[in-house]
Amino acid sequence: MGNEPEMALRVEALEAILVEKGYVEPDALDAIIATYERDVGPRNGAHVVARSWTDPAYRERLLADATAAIAELGYGGRQGEHMVAVENSADEHHVVVCTLCSCYPWPVLGLPPTWYKSPAYRSRVVIDPRGVLADFGVTLPDTTRITVHDSTAEVRYLVVPRRPAGTTGWSEERLAAIVSRDSMIGTGLVTV
Amino acid sequence: MNTVADLGGAMGFGPVLPEPEDEVFHAEWERRALALTLAAASPGRWTIDASRSARESLPPGEYLTSSYYAIWIKALERLLVHAGLVGSDELAAGRSLRPGTPARVLAAAEVPAVLATGSRADRPVDPPPRFAVGEQVRTRNTHPTGHTRLPRYARGKAGVVERVHGAHVLPDSNAHGAGERPEWLYTVRFTGVELWGGEADPGLSVEIEAFESYLAP
Repeated sequence: MGNEPEMALRVEALEAILVEKGYVEPDALDAIIATYERDVGPRNGAHVVARSWTDPAYRERLLADATAAIAELGYGGRQGEHMVAVENSADEHHVVVCTLCSCYPWPVLGLPPTWYKSPAYRSRVVIDPRGVLADFGVTLPDTTRITVHDSTAEVRYLVVPRRPAGTTGWSEERLAAIVSRDSMIGTGLVTV
Repeated sequence: MNTVADLGGAMGFGPVLPEPEDEVFHAEWERRALALTLAAASPGRWTIDASRSARESLPPGEYLTSSYYAIWIKALERLLVHAGLVGSDELAAGRSLRPGTPARVLAAAEVPAVLATGSRADRPVDPPPRFAVGEQVRTRNTHPTGHTRLPRYARGKAGVVERVHGAHVLPDSNAHGAGERPEWLYTVRFTGVELWGGEADPGLSVEIEAFESYLAP
């Protein structure tokens, strides 16, 4: 991006102004960054998915009221106040986007990756999802329908990917380790 | 507003470039930009809708040539000046030129609880929802000059109500300081053919969240 070299100075100056004027505490900035670099990320969502794969009663609660079911595992808050979980199957594959900005379920997936916020993804996934999936190396059978969820309001979506064959008997922890971030957005599949 | 941020269906942006899971930031200033945007909302001088509106209504050329956190910072500067918290002379000077006004400031100790609590958008309302799950609806063909969350590609289109979410704060009003005016919020499902015509993928459906006033009676 052509204007990027000046951004470091511009942000530094803005921070100095806000701190000097008493609107922002530097320690609070560090705490926000630490939260999203250390505590809140896609491993939370992977925990939810693995629980849903191994506990049928939990799966039912997740599909009925995702906000409450995700809170059972200790996750919730900013940008995850109104959650909906959608489950992939052989018949239907779900993909999530925000064509207008970058709405994303922070408590379960952390901060969005750059591609999720990019014009390339936001413009194309609603009209040519199979083309976008191909950019991720994902090909679905023509018989699998695709539902794209454009999160235009405050509802946030978590995709529950299909559990791969060959994982019978695996523990929740072992399953969570194979659940990728992209599989919970719908641009990836879980494989072993 | 019909903004350039409303990207659904636009073409020519090239392939999507996947990234590894741990690459969330690409420069130190992006970390600070995220944190500043969140912390600077603490004085409560604008809503999340005003903040989205400020980003989406950046000049089109600037929007498309700025990286995402650069868009956030440019919007934050606009919000701060509009709220009277920072002067445009101070932004130009790159330093504070006068003392701030008393404001509610986010303390570091509050951060975990504030982020873990969030801010719900649902509100109780008296009237029942006008539409039910499974009902056929049509979005309005409308081109508001203010903030809206109805993407252009989904205007004037026939769909089916998939979910009813309760009443939520209306961004179209709240973004402009005109009050929350909560409305029933629906997930509406469209076929790809309805949105994009006969050449669309026959297996494609697209869902959006639509406020009640986005739907024709």
